[in-house]
Amino acid sequence: MATDRTAPPAGNAIVGGSRVPAYLSLEGLTKRFGDVLAVDGLSFGMARGEILALLGPSGSGKTTTLRLLAGFERADAGRIVVDGVDLTRSDPVARRFGMVFQHYALFPHLDVGENVAFGLESLGVHGEELRKRVAAALAMVDLTGFERRRVTELSGGQQQRVALARALAPEPRVLLLDEPLSNLDPALRERTRRELRKLIRRVGITTVIVTHEQEEAFDLADRVALLRDGRLEQLGTPAELYDAPATAFVARFVGRSSAVSGLVVANDQGAIRVRVEELEWAGRGAAREGWVPRPGDPVQVIFRPEALWLTDPASGILQGTVVDRRFRGDGTIVTVRTDGGALLEVAAQHGAAEEGQRVGIAPSRRGRRGVHLFPGPVS
Amino acid sequence: MVGAVLLGGGLTWLVAYPLGIVLLESVGGPGGWTPDAFRELLGRRNEWAALWGSLWISLATVALGAAIGVPLAFLFARCEFPGRRVLGGLVALPAVLPPLVGVLAFLFLFGETGFLARLVQAALGLQDPPWRFQGAGAILLVHAYSMYVYFYLFVRAALARFDPSMLEAAQSLGAGRWRTLRRVTLPLLRPALTGAALLTFMASLASFSAPYLFGGGFRVMTTQIVATRLNGDDRLAMAETVTLTALALVALWLLGGGTAADAGRGGAKGVAPAARRIASRPLRIAVAGLGWAFAIVLLLPPLTLVLLSFVPVGTWTVETVPPAYTTGNYLSLLREPERARPLLNSLWMATAAAAAAVALSLAAGVLVVRRRAPGRRLIEGLLALPWAVPGTVFAIALATAFSVHSPATGRTVLVGTVWILPMAYLIRNLPLTGRAVLAGFRQLDPALEEAAASLGAGRWRTLRRVTLPLLRPSIAAGATLAFVTGLGDFVTSIVLYTFDTRPISLEILASLRQADIGVAAAYGVVLMVVSGLVFVLGAERRAAAG
Repeated sequence: MATDRTAPPAGNAIVGGSRVPAYLSLEGLTKRFGDVLAVDGLSFGMARGEILALLGPSGSGKTTTLRLLAGFERADAGRIVVDGVDLTRSDPVARRFGMVFQHYALFPHLDVGENVAFGLESLGVHGEELRKRVAAALAMVDLTGFERRRVTELSGGQQQRVALARALAPEPRVLLLDEPLSNLDPALRERTRRELRKLIRRVGITTVIVTHEQEEAFDLADRVALLRDGRLEQLGTPAELYDAPATAFVARFVGRSSAVSGLVVANDQGAIRVRVEELEWAGRGAAREGWVPRPGDPVQVIFRPEALWLTDPASGILQGTVVDRRFRGDGTIVTVRTDGGALLEVAAQHGAAEEGQRVGIAPSRRGRRGVHLFPGPVS
Repeated sequence: MVGAVLLGGGLTWLVAYPLGIVLLESVGGPGGWTPDAFRELLGRRNEWAALWGSLWISLATVALGAAIGVPLAFLFARCEFPGRRVLGGLVALPAVLPPLVGVLAFLFLFGETGFLARLVQAALGLQDPPWRFQGAGAILLVHAYSMYVYFYLFVRAALARFDPSMLEAAQSLGAGRWRTLRRVTLPLLRPALTGAALLTFMASLASFSAPYLFGGGFRVMTTQIVATRLNGDDRLAMAETVTLTALALVALWLLGGGTAADAGRGGAKGVAPAARRIASRPLRIAVAGLGWAFAIVLLLPPLTLVLLSFVPVGTWTVETVPPAYTTGNYLSLLREPERARPLLNSLWMATAAAAAAVALSLAAGVLVVRRRAPGRRLIEGLLALPWAVPGTVFAIALATAFSVHSPATGRTVLVGTVWILPMAYLIRNLPLTGRAVLAGFRQLDPALEEAAASLGAGRWRTLRRVTLPLLRPSIAAGATLAFVTGLGDFVTSIVLYTFDTRPISLEILASLRQADIGVAAAYGVVLMVVSGLVFVLGAERRAAAG
């Protein structure tokens, strides 16, 4: 059951292992569309200047959360607090949050300069100061001198930067980015990711990014909130999510993994041994409190590919047949169907095995860190 | 919420309430409820004849319109030949002619004292005019001329939006040209075809000018209603009105209510397949020649009108071609206050009605599309309703509802005041303007307004700086259509006008009755030119904004 999961205390943000008062916090935020609970009691806190990614599959509620933050949707329950002030009921205009929309939402009838000036004019900035601040905002995104260009004449990358400059020009308190890189082509995306993070760091603004790509989340954010069905599965640094997944869902969603069913053989104060097919593994319990696996309990064992190693069939603890190989720059991911019927992905060197070849599987040197146990059989 | 109630209530009062009153009063006699009027209607042979006339004329118009419009659309969308662009525009010309102007032009060209008849008479040395341009045939000719445009425009738009990869896919799957047409092109064009058929049918059913001027003894429902009312039999006129409305609603239901709105959505995205140059040179020349001949046929009626507008009164008697020309007709429109009056009347009434239609449509757009207010379906339905109901019906409904002073029931005497005609024009405008503006709202990415809000712009600044500028093309289109409809209106005006509020159309009719064809033609030309100018300006605004 997911309901018994302990949420991190709202009102605090964890930075470098220590708790500081949160700048932006969500407390039990809930939004319902008809019968669907889009966001279900979401709570977390962010430190000032922190970059947080909302990650999750489509329908997980990440965009709704962002729209609740922006004020485009009204929460059914819960609070949004910024700098000690409750903003849950205030309208978008009053929040002073900057937002970059997925398709940028640049005003097509205004030129680049007028787009960037729009938010400043709302603040009453005019004349020479307006001109200077527009120029400064454009300089920040490397678009100096683009003021009089039509937005429709710009490339996708340039439009993205104009959208960013427009959102940042009025010096908002929080920056919201909705899939900011999804409209760029893949080659541009990776480079833009770096530049975007550098820029946000330089401005020092508290930032929430919605994305469905984990690589993007890991590259951009200090911490990642992984959502599923409107609930928070886990909030942590990319390393925490990968190495200490809180749930089987996190383990499967983040990085590559394969899951098999097993049985607990022994639990010696957290040192758990599990039987998978003919083999006993020393696994590591999930980072969950309140779960004490007992011998005989069914468990889900999730392996990272690098936790496994290909051997010859005789010396492996599991035996199987290679059914697929995928080239990955630094090595090859080999898929093995074990004689017990499970499919396991194993990190191997190039040319280590051919399709159809009989192989053995053994734990690798870093095996212990890449094996995670969760209650229940594989669903 | 308050806005939705106000708008919904206002539209109900404006659009639905008068129709309801007609329905009630058609069965409410002095001694209580009675179906007398309907019994009388069903018992008369000429009523049945008018009903049947309306029906078959409309069906025949659809068939004729499709027969002309669909091949033309294919020709212009798919074939490249000299003059294609200019002709492609000219072919849509009849759409901008107000119905009465088209009828007038036909009268001067094909009528028994028109050019063509005189030419034939002179050529053959006949004593009498060779034909009488009257009856069903004349009506059908005018309908075909003015209504094939629906098929042409709808099918051409659908073809332009056609994803060429669809045709290529069919070819790569081994389908020949004929099979591709039958299995891919036509099914994808179906929404456009049903939409055009519905529009043509409804326009033809509501058509009044052509049957009124050319019908002779041949009656359709619209002319029958006006004749009955002139005879003073209001109850029977109401029963006829209810019957015509029922006929229109049944047709709408049979042809599938929503199809007109989806018309032309046949294709997906993508660029239209490039028009293919006709390979054979003689064929190319033949097609171009035919195209130009067709264009000349289309241009002849308006050109005739222009020519006759320069003919002094009483000078064209037995000659084949008018012997004398003058600019006096136009000057008299400007100089004589009584002649300038209808022009000014029509201008201000059409402007007021268009402005009101735009304002109501914008309010509806905000409430229906943006706020998704409760009752939004009712609001949208009320906006669209006048489209399904012939103008004559609304004229009778307004004349009935607003000739009684009864503030408690929302009725007051408006008939005979300056307000009744702008109100009638407004009702007729609502579907056109409403559809254009609502479509504009729907195409507007809500993220743009959200972006404005996140940039600190309040509701008013967002509307002024973002929403309205981006809606400008839709507003221009909606306002243009509304203005031109109001300016050329004949069908509601003939029931509701007074001498002081008489619009151009009624003055044309009066001039015609006095055999002052020069002045009638001059009014027609003014109407045509102003309508055309407004269309061009509207199109330019749209292009500038797009």
